[in-house]
Amino acid sequence: MSLHLLQSGVMLPLKEKDKPIVQKLLSAGCCARCVLRFCCVSVQADTLNELQAFIKSTDENNKSHDAAVSEPPEDPPSKRAKLEAGPSEEDAAAAVKLKDEESRVCVVCLGILQDLCGPAQALKVSETVKAEKYEFDTLVLSVSLPAQLCVREHSCWLHVKKELREKSIAVDRDDLIQVKEAFKWIMQGLVAKELGGVAVSLFEVSVEFTYPETDSVFTRMAVVKALEKIADAKFLKHYPSPPAQPTSSCIPQDVQCLHMSVFVAGRYNKFCRSLPQTPWVIDGERRMESSVEELIAAPVLSSFRSDGFNFSSSGREDVDVRTLGNGRPFAMELLNPHRSRLSRAEMKQLQETINKSSDKIRVRDLQIVTREAMSRMKEGEEEKTKSYTALIWTLKPIQREDITFIDDIKDLTLDQKTPLRVLHRRALAVRQRVIHSMNTRFLDSHHFYLGLKTQAGTYIKEFVHGDFGRTKPNLCELLRTDTDILELDVESVDVDWPPSIPE
Amino acid sequence: MDCVEQKDTEANAPSVVDRYYTRWYRADLKGKTCEDHCILQHSNRICVITLAHTHPILQDGRIIKSINYQISNGCSRLNNKVSGKSKRGGQFLTDFAPLCRITCTDETEYTIYSCIRGRLLEVNENILETPNLLLEKPSTEGYIAVILPKFEESKSITENLLSREEFESIVAKRTVDQSQPT
Repeated sequence: MSLHLLQSGVMLPLKEKDKPIVQKLLSAGCCARCVLRFCCVSVQADTLNELQAFIKSTDENNKSHDAAVSEPPEDPPSKRAKLEAGPSEEDAAAAVKLKDEESRVCVVCLGILQDLCGPAQALKVSETVKAEKYEFDTLVLSVSLPAQLCVREHSCWLHVKKELREKSIAVDRDDLIQVKEAFKWIMQGLVAKELGGVAVSLFEVSVEFTYPETDSVFTRMAVVKALEKIADAKFLKHYPSPPAQPTSSCIPQDVQCLHMSVFVAGRYNKFCRSLPQTPWVIDGERRMESSVEELIAAPVLSSFRSDGFNFSSSGREDVDVRTLGNGRPFAMELLNPHRSRLSRAEMKQLQETINKSSDKIRVRDLQIVTREAMSRMKEGEEEKTKSYTALIWTLKPIQREDITFIDDIKDLTLDQKTPLRVLHRRALAVRQRVIHSMNTRFLDSHHFYLGLKTQAGTYIKEFVHGDFGRTKPNLCELLRTDTDILELDVESVDVDWPPSIPE
Repeated sequence: MDCVEQKDTEANAPSVVDRYYTRWYRADLKGKTCEDHCILQHSNRICVITLAHTHPILQDGRIIKSINYQISNGCSRLNNKVSGKSKRGGQFLTDFAPLCRITCTDETEYTIYSCIRGRLLEVNENILETPNLLLEKPSTEGYIAVILPKFEESKSITENLLSREEFESIVAKRTVDQSQPT
């Protein structure tokens, strides 16, 4: 038979058989919300009054002294008095008793489901979020609790295990509602209401609590695992059940906000022969000013108000190599963006800003993409063909006719040992790579332009000068003279991604 | 492409070696006159061991009969195997570790030494097939070995080596000595 109350008309799904559990937990020093958790009742903020009444009725039935339970401060004494039967003198006395017990910190949740969970806390959280000026549709609230709570929960579980099993044979540790869940149920709605957002998504607000009295070296996971393994008898030898009355409650830490990463992709051109792709720093000293990724990232980070980035591209070119044509595909992960949505027009504007900021690079097809964009970069790097133009120098003087045979060479397979210039950071191996076709443009008796279309991963410079004979065949062998490469340009990276955005 | 500036059409345009490597030398290895080695050190600290132009093998029109990387009963440089980015498994060499023995048709025999401390990455197998490479292109295709010094030692290995200027002055002195009347 369930008990329902005339005052609020809300049905509390507590049954007679819950009474012994409620009784025991209240005596032990649990707060109302924790009591309801142990009874597997979904806790809402408004049920506290109802629980009071239930408890009161329980107590009247059993004539127990320890009927009162700690109440949320916002519950006015007059309402409590209504719930009690008996003359006003008793009311006053009871009210005083309640006030003492009000300040009692719950032995299980250490205050987290008491004062630290309600409109006041929600207001504090939402103020932090507003101050950081995030833009979001929805938010998810996450909470971090001290490991000590696991131990206290375990202790209370043992305290009422017998009664819980009597209530229902099937009841298990996992059936109890976790402190974390209860906290989030109550707070998520309150915070979202303050901020105007709705439910779960890309924006996470993290609330953390600490309990300095038992700040420990053990991780939460370690504590949980230990509690799973320890035998009940052994636990009870070392820890009181029910848990001892705490002298203080948990302390809320600063609220952390984190928005999931946003991904931006595009293609870049590089017009400078003294610009590295990534910052060039040795022993803390910058060896070359700026880099492709920094030039692109600066305006993007600013527009999205992001803390940092990860830059990835379909291959890379050397410092002294230009990237012409449609450019090389790149993708950037923007970390913790305070702004996550830009319109097409705004993206175009951002692209313009990047292009105006420097004449060393140029960006096109800038767009917001999904996370899978990052893995597409690898695909482009390893699988797709590239085209180049190289300026070649020859030791022996040449004539036009001497180089025309090169135009007819198709699908030339090279065996390239790891070039000495990268051998310090790559494994020593022989890589077979194919030069699909070449074309030549005679310049003078010691120079000509060589166009090449090659498989991904072909080292052009080493093909030209031979790298101490470690790339075979090489241009020196083909022309029967020492050759060297004076300039190299990337003409195209043959990847059809990201989708092109018409200017 | 952008317009080409007038490049030096003479053969003395800076070569790959000139651009990326520093030349270091060790002269009179193990006290043997003129058995000079040239160590090409890349800016990434990898070193290529080559014969200096003054080495006897490259003089007097010698012809190479054989090159042997088996330096002892238990050790052949050809068995050297490195794996992974950290080049595990490479034979560790000290300054005077032999790399190979070269025999010429006039029965002269020479041992080529490591000259620096480090891990052996590879030896040049092309010169086994084509010994002439060593004579024609001692500084490039005719290299002997590639060695990776320990990271901590990458600067200090050059302390025992001669710079190009120091080496040239030693060579100059030899010529003077040779031309002294006895």
